[in-house]
Amino acid sequence: MKLNLKIWRQKNREDKGKMVDYSIDHVSPDMSFLEMLDVLNEQLINKGDDPIAFDHDCREGICGMCSLFINGRAHGPNYGVTTCQLHMRSFKDGDTIFIEPWRAQAFPVIKDLAVDRSAFDRVIQAGGYVSANTGGAQDANCLPVPKENADKAFAAATCIGCGACVATCKNGSAMLFVSAKVSQLALLPQGKAEAQQRVLNMVAQMDAEGFGNCSNTGACEIECPKGISLENIARMNREFMKASILSEK
Amino acid sequence: MSKLNSKIPEGSVDKKWTDYKNHVKLVNPANKRSIDIIVVGTGLAGSSAAASLAEMGYSVKAFCFQDSPRRAHSIAAQGGINAAKNYQNDGDSTYRLFYDTIKGGDYRAREANVHRLAEVSANIIDQCVAQGVPFARDYGGLLDNRSFGGTQVQRTFYAAGQTGQQLLLGAYSALSRQIALGKVKMYNRHEMLDVVVVGGKARGIIARNLVTGEIERHSAHAVLLCSGGYGNVFFLSTNAMGSNVTAAWKAHKRGAFFGNPCFTQIHPTCIPVSGDHQSKLTLMSESLRNDGRIWVPKKKEDAVAIQQGKKLGKDIAEDDRDYYLERRYPAFGNLVPRDVASRAAKERCDAGFGVNATGQAVFLDYAAAIERYGKIEANKHNMTNPTPEQIRAMGKDVVKEKYGNLFDMYKQITGEDPYETPMKIYPAVHYTMGGLWVDYELMTTIPGCYALGEANFSDHGANRLGASALMQGLADGYFVIPYTIGNYLADDIRTGKIPTNTPEFDAAEKAVKDQINFFVNNKGTKSVDYFHKRLGKIMWDKCGMARNEKGLKEAIQEIRQLREEFWKEVRVPGSNDEFNPELEKAGRVADFLELGELMCMDALTREESCGGHFREESQTEEGEAKRDDNRFSFVSAWEYKPDIKDEVLHKEELKFEEIKVVARSYK
Ligand SMILES: Cc1cc2nc3c(=O)[nH]c(=O)nc-3n(C[C@H](O)[C@H](O)[C@H](O)COP(=O)(O)OP(=O)(O)OC[C@H]3O[C@@H](n4cnc5c(N)ncnc54)[C@H](O)[C@@H]3O)c2cc1C
Ligand code: SF4
Ligand code: FES
Repeated sequence: MKLNLKIWRQKNREDKGKMVDYSIDHVSPDMSFLEMLDVLNEQLINKGDDPIAFDHDCREGICGMCSLFINGRAHGPNYGVTTCQLHMRSFKDGDTIFIEPWRAQAFPVIKDLAVDRSAFDRVIQAGGYVSANTGGAQDANCLPVPKENADKAFAAATCIGCGACVATCKNGSAMLFVSAKVSQLALLPQGKAEAQQRVLNMVAQMDAEGFGNCSNTGACEIECPKGISLENIARMNREFMKASILSEK
Repeated sequence: MSKLNSKIPEGSVDKKWTDYKNHVKLVNPANKRSIDIIVVGTGLAGSSAAASLAEMGYSVKAFCFQDSPRRAHSIAAQGGINAAKNYQNDGDSTYRLFYDTIKGGDYRAREANVHRLAEVSANIIDQCVAQGVPFARDYGGLLDNRSFGGTQVQRTFYAAGQTGQQLLLGAYSALSRQIALGKVKMYNRHEMLDVVVVGGKARGIIARNLVTGEIERHSAHAVLLCSGGYGNVFFLSTNAMGSNVTAAWKAHKRGAFFGNPCFTQIHPTCIPVSGDHQSKLTLMSESLRNDGRIWVPKKKEDAVAIQQGKKLGKDIAEDDRDYYLERRYPAFGNLVPRDVASRAAKERCDAGFGVNATGQAVFLDYAAAIERYGKIEANKHNMTNPTPEQIRAMGKDVVKEKYGNLFDMYKQITGEDPYETPMKIYPAVHYTMGGLWVDYELMTTIPGCYALGEANFSDHGANRLGASALMQGLADGYFVIPYTIGNYLADDIRTGKIPTNTPEFDAAEKAVKDQINFFVNNKGTKSVDYFHKRLGKIMWDKCGMARNEKGLKEAIQEIRQLREEFWKEVRVPGSNDEFNPELEKAGRVADFLELGELMCMDALTREESCGGHFREESQTEEGEAKRDDNRFSFVSAWEYKPDIKDEVLHKEELKFEEIKVVARSYK
């Protein structure tokens, strides 16, 4: 099939950037979306043009590196998949496809379609862990965890840190991402000891990074490739309330 | 005399590690603060090492080329992690894990290392649970296990099909905590491009900031390479697009010997290639072989009809199916080790029984498992007369719970629904057992330069068992290096900061800059991928699942020619002072083009079949691999010379004191 592409080009963080038109032919439906961009880049290189920069690594939907806004939607038209898992059979001959980077105050563009998401790392550094030094852990089965809690914690822990939730949110809020980590650890006995400090610190860092407020539109949950549930946000709000009251003393 | 000293401690194999720990030199906490350690890579090996060393008090700098340490390719591991916990009471023990690993590796690994790995395996699970890693649990709230290829016990811990993700996020959280405490300085989007050796010791690295293009000098008292495997030398593999050999190869060029470069693992259950545009291959976890049955049609005409799209898998009657693994290996059936399963698939496809248009695929079928689980559920719910539809629906739910994300992934990639039609799979390059040669302390032949995780050659011999790489990466990082590095650094407590304004740093930086300048100024005509794909094809055809003398000799010549062409014709767009992914790729492919030749040389020298290395000249009448213990019971360790063809082979003889060496059989 033949496609028209409108792709965001931006030389660096300071550059203003603009949409540029490209066309590409002989696209096979079995190609992944990123393979289609590979082919385009190969053509650009052969013509002596600058190829399009985009982030990607595992190409199997788990590293969270790929991050394209396709036709106005994070990770494209399908539900529950990352950009790298999107295949060209989801498009048809003659389509025009808009390809843009994540846009959010906390995610500045590095070049073209690649953005800086290190704000996420700093939020985790603020408290997204259990303080358990290596060595000295007790036998793993000394700490039974009810299956229901274990399963819920796991579901929250499957967040890949891609940032689609932030890019989708009209406020650029990171609530879904942050609440997934807070929830995982709040649901497990290991996380209890530090629960109060964790949620306060992570939320404070989230605000400091320039992520917006949550106005409960729920768009993040719909676009999240891993199906991270809004329940996590509700749980984080409860944890936050509890911690705020307790810390007032 | 060989230059190799493996430093294996004296004593019986089960006492060596304990004795070692009792006598190893220590560094006191106050001194640790003034010692710097560089960790290249933040996968399981790197993150766990960086976090643990920082907790102990060392000053750590960690590097990764992705935009966050959490994205290292360990994240993609699906199936699980082994540990000798014997929670299932099925007869597992440290000894059995040790034995299975040595046997699985086809008697080409060091006993002492493997025993240590088995010993610390249980601590890994404890540590991960303490960090909040959400492993699968049963209804009593205790940890669940599954079985994996090459073993007869259930010792694999898992978190659905995302075990690597959960373990890495655990290690990443420990690392994040140390970053927040200021004990680890993290350098994301940085690529290490050389090791700096001062006075015979590794004292730093040269790295490129991938966003600004700046070339940086970093010094330390020790350098840990945790940079993963080099499967991408084949272009197509299950590795991430950025996985590379550069860190290890640069160390090799500075004096670190390369161990068993030809030992490559070809994984039996991957999604087949769909066309020329293919950029990588996707693994379907080995855990699928627990419940799935692998087959091809018995009759050639059925296979041909399927290849031409005239028949589907489900049209083939039960009696006309050849469950070839169950037929050839009744004791292990679909759970034979990976090398055996891969070769068996190739054998059937080469004989014309493949089941897709290219003839390069076999079926992995879940129909029987869905029915079996459905019946168990019906019993559980006291249903006396369930309809076949009810059974299927309940069975599907069980399969979904166990393997749902893998089935979804298959569907996204192929557009076919694996609950309804059998999956098609084919072997693909997955893991490299070879890597930098290290001694018992994980030190390479450059003093002060260590290699951990997939980047080293140790522990897996000629074939790695499933769920053992995660175990090894975390063992190296959490439980081995924290002890062994002290033995070296104890002599460095008075050294003080290592300066970076020395001739050694000047020279290393210059070499790095020269190469980058060459790339961006070369007026070539072909893209980096063009060369990478050609190299991959040579490697796959001639140094892949089956190898022979003639093919390997041809491959060496072809790679040499390709390399020459690369340096003349490669075109790298853009400049050196910006975010430039093509420039990154160019450097990596340059190194693969050298490594490829060494892999073929190693495969050529090893005139036996063992594990993943199958020399067609060395097989039994039934086509099984034939080892030659008299001539090849050694680790090959290659010493770099400026022309790859002159590299010198050193041999570390393998001594088996505990385990009797026998022909490996899974029949
Ligand atoms: C799809 C897949 C599934 C797997 N499933 C399993 C499984 O179920 N069980 C199991 O036991 N094993 C499994 N494995 C194998 C296992 O995941 C890997 O062997 C292991 O995770 C490797 O860990 P590592 O820490 O050595 O390297 P990696 O996780 O690959 O990390 C490498 C790190 O090095 C960095 N790096 C590399 N080069 C440079 C450089 N030049 N400069 C700076 N940084 C650099 C990268 O940024 C990265 O942080 C699987 C592998 C794959 C590919
Ligand atoms: S919550 Fe979902 S969308 Fe947000 S970072 Fe995690 S996986 Fe991505
Ligand atoms: S490239 Fe890893 S999730 Fe898409």
